[in-house]
Amino acid sequence: MSGSTPPSPTHATAAQPRHALRIFLVWLVLSAIATPLVYLVLGPHLPPGGMSDSAASQQFDMKVLTAIATPVVLFIWTYFGYALIFFRSQRGVIEDGPPIRGNRVFQAGWLGITTALVLFLFGFGTYELIHPAGAGAGEGPNPIWSPVSSSSTKPLEVQVIAQQWQFTYRYLNAGGFETTQLYLPVDRPVVFHVTSLDVIHGFWAYQLGVKADANPGVDNVAFTTPTQLGRFEVRCSELCGIWHGAMYNNGYVVSAGAFSQWLTKEQQRHAPDLPLLPPAAPYYNPGAGGGFYGSGQEPNATATPSPFPSSVTSPAGS
Amino acid sequence: MALDITSSPAGDGGTLATGGVPAARRTRNDWLRPNVLWGLVGAVIGYAIGHWAGNAIAHNWQQVQGSDQNNVSLVLGYLVGSVGFLAGLGIVNYPLAKLVGRQPPAPEEAQPGLGKFFRYTLDHKVVGAQYLVAMILYFMVGGLFALLFRTELLSPTSHVITPDAYIELVGMHGTMMMMMMTSAIIGPFGNYLVPLMIGSKRVAFPRLEALSLWLTPAAFVVLLSGLLIGGFPTGWTGYAPLAVQATQGMDSYLVSFGLMALSLLFGAVNMAATIISHRAPGMTFGRLPIFVWAMLSTASIMVLAVPVLFAGLYLMLMDRTWQTAFFTWQHGGSPYLWENLFWFFGHPEVYLLALPSFGILAELLPVFARKPAFGYRTVVAGLIGVGVLSFFVWQHHLFMSGMNPDMRPVVMLTTELISVPTGIVYLGAIGTLWRAKIRITVPMLFCLGLLFNFLLGGITGVFISDVPADTTLHGSFFVLAHFHYTIMGGYMFGFFAGVYYWFPRFTGLQLSEKIGTWHFWTMIVFFNSTFLPLFAVGLLGQPRRVFEYQHRLQGLNDWATISAYLLGVSLLIFLWNIVWTTAIKNRPSSMNPWHSLGLEWTIPYPTPLENFDRVPVVLSSPYDYGVPDRPPVAVVPEPVGVGCGPALSDPVREEDQHG
Ligand SMILES: [Cu+2]
Repeated sequence: MSGSTPPSPTHATAAQPRHALRIFLVWLVLSAIATPLVYLVLGPHLPPGGMSDSAASQQFDMKVLTAIATPVVLFIWTYFGYALIFFRSQRGVIEDGPPIRGNRVFQAGWLGITTALVLFLFGFGTYELIHPAGAGAGEGPNPIWSPVSSSSTKPLEVQVIAQQWQFTYRYLNAGGFETTQLYLPVDRPVVFHVTSLDVIHGFWAYQLGVKADANPGVDNVAFTTPTQLGRFEVRCSELCGIWHGAMYNNGYVVSAGAFSQWLTKEQQRHAPDLPLLPPAAPYYNPGAGGGFYGSGQEPNATATPSPFPSSVTSPAGS
Repeated sequence: MALDITSSPAGDGGTLATGGVPAARRTRNDWLRPNVLWGLVGAVIGYAIGHWAGNAIAHNWQQVQGSDQNNVSLVLGYLVGSVGFLAGLGIVNYPLAKLVGRQPPAPEEAQPGLGKFFRYTLDHKVVGAQYLVAMILYFMVGGLFALLFRTELLSPTSHVITPDAYIELVGMHGTMMMMMMTSAIIGPFGNYLVPLMIGSKRVAFPRLEALSLWLTPAAFVVLLSGLLIGGFPTGWTGYAPLAVQATQGMDSYLVSFGLMALSLLFGAVNMAATIISHRAPGMTFGRLPIFVWAMLSTASIMVLAVPVLFAGLYLMLMDRTWQTAFFTWQHGGSPYLWENLFWFFGHPEVYLLALPSFGILAELLPVFARKPAFGYRTVVAGLIGVGVLSFFVWQHHLFMSGMNPDMRPVVMLTTELISVPTGIVYLGAIGTLWRAKIRITVPMLFCLGLLFNFLLGGITGVFISDVPADTTLHGSFFVLAHFHYTIMGGYMFGFFAGVYYWFPRFTGLQLSEKIGTWHFWTMIVFFNSTFLPLFAVGLLGQPRRVFEYQHRLQGLNDWATISAYLLGVSLLIFLWNIVWTTAIKNRPSSMNPWHSLGLEWTIPYPTPLENFDRVPVVLSSPYDYGVPDRPPVAVVPEPVGVGCGPALSDPVREEDQHG
């Protein structure tokens, strides 16, 4: 920012204090104090916390962005604060300032710095989007940034079915039963298949750092890996009608053992419902065909192979 | 009212900018001439006709079973009612007469007094003043809705109003503010000031300009009437399957937004044509005031973006009435289509709100810094750059939608790139204030407030443009706080800077600086106090447009609600300032109270009917503060023998230009 020294040969006088140097020094001191404080003290409290790999990555993103924003905001505040104190006219006097129309160095420096910042943010954001696996955001039916597959832990596939005004979940690797509870095992990758039966909703698992729009007729895939036990909030993040504000529930990240216990219990509890459900499918068409909420739609034949496990195309085959 | 707002000296029964009028016509009773009351009569008759016709042709396929209304009759009622309103105002007389080859009726002459403000008139100064009053009205009504639903948010789970009333009010507030307020600066200040600033006696298309004004009350009434029939549940974005599913209140959204789209389009065409073709001799593009550049950039975006919105609204109206399926996926349509059509307009729209306030900022800072505008060419390039880039960023509203995920880095880049031309506005402000002689006046305070607020709005915008951060922030109160910082904190602060600065030009009276200072400080304190906590509310996980929220967020929400009430009080101070200045104090201001070099301040008040006796010749930039031996900004040429450009306001040419 030292480029902010518009020289004005015609009007510069020896009596003028070195405004640019003073502003620069004030800004430097303030930034040197505030930026580490923001990153180290405020940073760990920034949302969405560290409950999953995607949440941790988003929190890191916000920490970096806040740390970059701090000196920028401080520069503007310092400059305008200084200007309002030192560059004032005398009360009641109309006097003209020096006729400075521009300064090539300052203008070019400003454009250069802002452009460089923008390009850095673009590169940083893109890297953070790819690692880990789309950063928890909905990636559409054919995700290109998937989790690195390790043979040891098969990802848990959960279909999120939004409708006015609730979420239900189908556990696709567990026979495709349907429940209103959302339990996830810790340290195992989760694949959310988000779809809707009516209007556009948004599946937002706040503490997990997962958000994906639920579009009717679309299978919107998002990835995450929970890393901490606990409760997380699920809210609808797209306006979906009158009771949009009431469309929330809680999910839980539990240990692997507790998860399999819960899974077994739920499977038994929902076994009678299974024949009523349509075959698990990327999305459903309510009102068309039989089943509890309409017919399942076959994935488009021209699309890349469905991410759905073949074992769940028939609910009876569990 | 003691205020004399005549734009021509009384007794001057001469020519209006729109052609000669025989003085004899004055004898007709004022009430019988077309005015806003006849417009209302026309609206009622038109609504009845349209409603009847709709029922007649469509009663067999009512969308709402058991209702005596259906969407077709409602939409036709609105449309024919709007035409009836315009007809009652006398807007169709001229084109109709031309169409059938009759002598068009002579335009009404300028009248002293306030009567002309309730009429369809072709004087751009009257239209500008009408726009100013209309915009303040729409703003206050939209703000009132906000206070009502903020009241509901005082408690996380117990309710003051019902959930459907809540969502209706949210939609009304958003639509009112985003749609009706799009013209808040280009309408009053653009229409009033641009001809004065470029040395023109008139605007290019006065009939289009007046039509653009009179479409706004029609849109306003149609929108508000939605409250009587259940409102609309979609917010101002009108997302598709929900909007197709919604009850009849949705039609009021579609029709009023469509009327407003036409208004924006007509206003923008007139604005761009006026700036391009009606500049005085010597008013080169290099000397154009930055405010005029901002108006040109704004009008250009409008002309390109609004038709896309209009097409989207039309398709949606077809989906709801003719049962087409543009947005219904089961029948081959796509909800993504609406999202894209809407945001292709919707994101340029937010720059339609940003650019005019940048224009006011860049126009006013040199006046109160007493220095030339710093980096004039760079700032102008920034205003144009924002306009161009604004067409390449709309998909950042769809980051979470699952559409085209691999294009997200590109949209992230274009979105972040737009902060470079936006940053140029700050570059210009920094340079202009460098070693300046700053005078702190109320308009200057609002400019500084704009710089303060827009900085936070812009920086938080970078967070939202970053896809990983946006995964948490999208659809949350953080986004809401962000755009209120840019629109309320930027746009409306620019609007109020303009009101305080140009009020003497509009009325010959200077708003009280003392009350204005109170207005500014209460407004900036309570604005920040309202919306700063909402950043935190969003970061902590509260989605937008919810009537219930987590108990842990009650403290922040209550703080915001109470601050919002106080923000409302601040706006009452503004209204009081207007009443105090016009009705109570009513002391004429000096001709150029801010000692500006702008061309618009060289004209005496009341502004003559044709602005300039003779078209001036512009000699220098309006920002040459401190330049030794600067030439006058403009001179009025001798009447004979001096070329003063084309006869810009020759009454004889009038008819050809508006045929
Ligand atoms: Cu929902």
